Amino acid sequence: MRHRDFAAFILPSAFAMVLFIALPILSVAVQSLFVEHEQVVVTVESCGPFGCETQEKVDTQATAALRAEQPLGRFNGLGTYLNRAHLAVDEIGVILSDNDGFGDVMARIYNLPFYKALAFTLVYTALVTPLAMILGFAVALGVNNIPKIYKGPVIFLSLLPYIVTPLIGSLILFWMINSDGVIGASLQWLFDDPELSLKASPTLTWVTLIVYGIWHMAPFPFVVFYAGLQTLPQDTLESAMIDGANRWERIRYVVMPHLVPLATFVGLVLMMDNFRVFEPIIGFSSEANATSLSWSIYNDLNGQVDQLFGSAAATSILTMLGVIVLLMPVLIRTWREFNRKAH
Amino acid sequence: MDSKLGQSKPLMIATGVVLVLWLIAAAFPFFWTVWGSFKVQADFFSRASFWDAIFGPATTRQTGGAFTLDGYQGAWVEREFYRAAWNTVIVTVCVTSISLIFGTLGGYALSRSARKYTMWILMAALVFRAMPHITLVSGYLLPFFELNIWGYLPTAIIVLVAINQPFTIWMLHSFFQSIPKDLDESAMVDGCTRFQAFRWAIMPVMWPGVITTGLFSFLLAYNDFAVTAMLLNQDNQTSVPKINSFLGTVQTEGTIMYAVAAVVSATVPLFILVMFFQRQIVSGLTAGAVKG
Amino acid sequence: MKVLTTTALGLVLAAGMAQAGCGIEGGSVRILANDFDALGLVISEAEACAGDGVTVEKNMTTEHKALQVPALTVDPAQYTVAVVANNSIVPLLNDDLVRPLDDLVEKYGQSLQPSQLIKIDGQTMAIAFMGNGQHLFLREDVLEEAGLEQPTTLEGILEAAQVIRDKGIMEYPLAGANQAGWYLGNEFVNTYLGYGGSFFEPGSAEPAISGEAGLKTLAMMKAMYLAGDIAIINQWGSMVNGHVDPDGPAPQIGEATVLAAAPTVGGGDTPAAALWWDGFTIAKNISDEDAEASFIAMVHGIRPEVAQQNPSAATWLMKDFTAPDTAKGVLGNAKAGAKPYPMSPYMGLMHTALGAELADFMQGKESAEQALADVSAAYRTAAQEAGFLN
Repeated sequence: MRHRDFAAFILPSAFAMVLFIALPILSVAVQSLFVEHEQVVVTVESCGPFGCETQEKVDTQATAALRAEQPLGRFNGLGTYLNRAHLAVDEIGVILSDNDGFGDVMARIYNLPFYKALAFTLVYTALVTPLAMILGFAVALGVNNIPKIYKGPVIFLSLLPYIVTPLIGSLILFWMINSDGVIGASLQWLFDDPELSLKASPTLTWVTLIVYGIWHMAPFPFVVFYAGLQTLPQDTLESAMIDGANRWERIRYVVMPHLVPLATFVGLVLMMDNFRVFEPIIGFSSEANATSLSWSIYNDLNGQVDQLFGSAAATSILTMLGVIVLLMPVLIRTWREFNRKAH
Repeated sequence: MDSKLGQSKPLMIATGVVLVLWLIAAAFPFFWTVWGSFKVQADFFSRASFWDAIFGPATTRQTGGAFTLDGYQGAWVEREFYRAAWNTVIVTVCVTSISLIFGTLGGYALSRSARKYTMWILMAALVFRAMPHITLVSGYLLPFFELNIWGYLPTAIIVLVAINQPFTIWMLHSFFQSIPKDLDESAMVDGCTRFQAFRWAIMPVMWPGVITTGLFSFLLAYNDFAVTAMLLNQDNQTSVPKINSFLGTVQTEGTIMYAVAAVVSATVPLFILVMFFQRQIVSGLTAGAVKG
Repeated sequence: MKVLTTTALGLVLAAGMAQAGCGIEGGSVRILANDFDALGLVISEAEACAGDGVTVEKNMTTEHKALQVPALTVDPAQYTVAVVANNSIVPLLNDDLVRPLDDLVEKYGQSLQPSQLIKIDGQTMAIAFMGNGQHLFLREDVLEEAGLEQPTTLEGILEAAQVIRDKGIMEYPLAGANQAGWYLGNEFVNTYLGYGGSFFEPGSAEPAISGEAGLKTLAMMKAMYLAGDIAIINQWGSMVNGHVDPDGPAPQIGEATVLAAAPTVGGGDTPAAALWWDGFTIAKNISDEDAEASFIAMVHGIRPEVAQQNPSAATWLMKDFTAPDTAKGVLGNAKAGAKPYPMSPYMGLMHTALGAELADFMQGKESAEQALADVSAAYRTAAQEAGFLN
């Protein structure tokens, strides 16, 4: 394909991505290196319907003068990346130099907000990605076997967890797993433990979030795998049958290899989406026991009245780097394959 | 072809059991919600027992019948949910079609060029997809206010299209790779330009893949909260932020049953859509056989 | 439901008076506000001023806090009016985005009470129109059954809860904040104010929560940290209507609920609940004409009649407002000398740090001292980034 044709075809898409994704990422990266100006604070009296108080306020004129000098703020280098809210190098140094053994080190590192978020994010990604793919694959095999007439409704029902907005989906599930809710009460009855509460302990909160994640994500691999099953190479299947392969062997040696390219694609997408897990943490109000990197960004930007753009920018860049590290093996493989094909 | 896979009894039973369990898990919360949307809040979100949600004692006490349309009435009539629903229709239709136009052109180019930069574009697209949306959106606010384009549907649409591009071009790129190159190259030998070859040789066979990709673009636009909540003003609000506003704030109680009713009613058109397109969805991915 | 019918009533009444035109000569009024009924009532009243060259637009959204700073930073500002509360006004003040209103108050603010003016360093920066705060919601039937008087202190509440539990009336008669985040931080703010604590070293942004008052506050919060059936809660005044509504979710409970001022704690006489106000500010980066139109329209929206015609919609601060029973709790707090939620420039950062770092303590995973140290460290990190600390 000629360069000019290529450019003409890719232009709209590339333009949209550069303008709305690449440039913002650049500005986020720059922003993460700066912190706000020193604010000039003065003590004044403020009065309202409930009486007067002496209180501080920002001297906006003096601060504006500082701001005009350096519009981006004070250059902080990697300071924001290394502070307590992010990689916390100083705090980790202290912990490593003075501790009561491995358990203590782990507990104290987990107490730092970034690592707490990272721990859950990694566990969530590592469990939900493969489990959702396995579940999706199993369901795809099942749907493949049912009579045609039921397929439409069954596909729709199977898509429901992916379709219903997580905002409401997780709210309703949150009530269902309440100890008085239908799922919570059934589990209490099932395990014969009237004290069982999915919300109480950190472990059960993690389990709940991960089960929700699998449930919510499984329809995506299901649809892709189900479609993949329709393109099975019939001749290979037939020769496998002639060779006396049983059904399991056929799945293992014919179906699965056929689906590998699909699985790579699904895995990539799922991994990225899971690494950005956010909605269920809000929906299940689980901030106390489980936070994620995306939740930290949300907390910096929307959690309160003040917006910490620098902090959010640093966490976002770290999230991106995290995704790149996770995808690295796949990226390298794709790169090699591409080079092989190109030559 | 189904028969060739399904002959071992134990495996068939195993997958069948998985399927039934899955259908219960996938559909039960939804049917629970549909049932509950005809109850009052005290029943559906009962603190006493979940049996209230089934039998609805409070619903009977408050409305005189075991079922009530209060939630639907409140959401659609009193809070004018239809406006938000209509905005959602505009946004999803525009986002899906523009995403697909941009994506087919880009995906086609990426699949037909073997130069190094195609790989770089694909990799960059993957990295772009890793950026949390909320960070992107908070960066848009100030420039959008300055340009006076904040709050309008086209702004939110183009942002959603852009955010959706990485996924779209990856999927369509893989799809076009499975369409034989001979098809458009022979057209070009016959004297077509590249675009004419795309128009007359590729477009007629690309629909299955486009429809499948479209489903996912559609769902992204339909379920989006981060972009639409922050970039649209009240008149142009779409369904999901509207539903969120039913939930109340820190200091005020919401009208949760309106949200439940709105969610249930917003799922109906999707049912029709999936039933209508399910064949194409499957055959689309079939033809695409997305290659990672 | 009730609030909504009163809203509708208000609309009908407003329509009748719209011809007055509110005396605006021209200009554009653009309002940004949170999305709840009482604000909707005020804004729909202000909308009645539209016509004759005056346009009134509104955007009521739960995302208003994230939008307000960029929207008012541009020139001309996207909105002329930002409806705020004591916490959300702070970013606007910090960035100098709202204008002093003294001239406008003098010219057009005859219907306002002096107490409605939010004065900072002598300048009126906002006009408050409703109050809010958390106060006690008590189940009188349960208290009677247990033979208890209405408790007035947090310690008294704990004792009452113990009695109710011992008599087997309810297993969990109390509800405190059981969610991390804003709610948990807010619980700390309330209780800490009750102990008379201050959040910062005087005149600086240095955190000062690790002292004795902080530890006592945490001990008290932990004792209150229970969930389940509820006989006594400390709940927002703005939720009264939902609780006692005869058509609401639980009318039998609503009937038995009595409202009382927030309790005191630790032998102090300051109620353990911050007082809040909702009010409006006028953007700086707009023409004087728009500012004038906006001010007049908003003052029209909060004229005393609005409060008189919709007494149960909110705890109004307007002139001649006869408070109904539903406003008792918040006004009781104010009368008892409750402290307003601090408007200091770094309070929001402190609140976020409290919300994020106290959860471990509440779950018994760390000591009170450690929790407060974590809060200070988290706050310090944020304050450094915001330019308040070095």
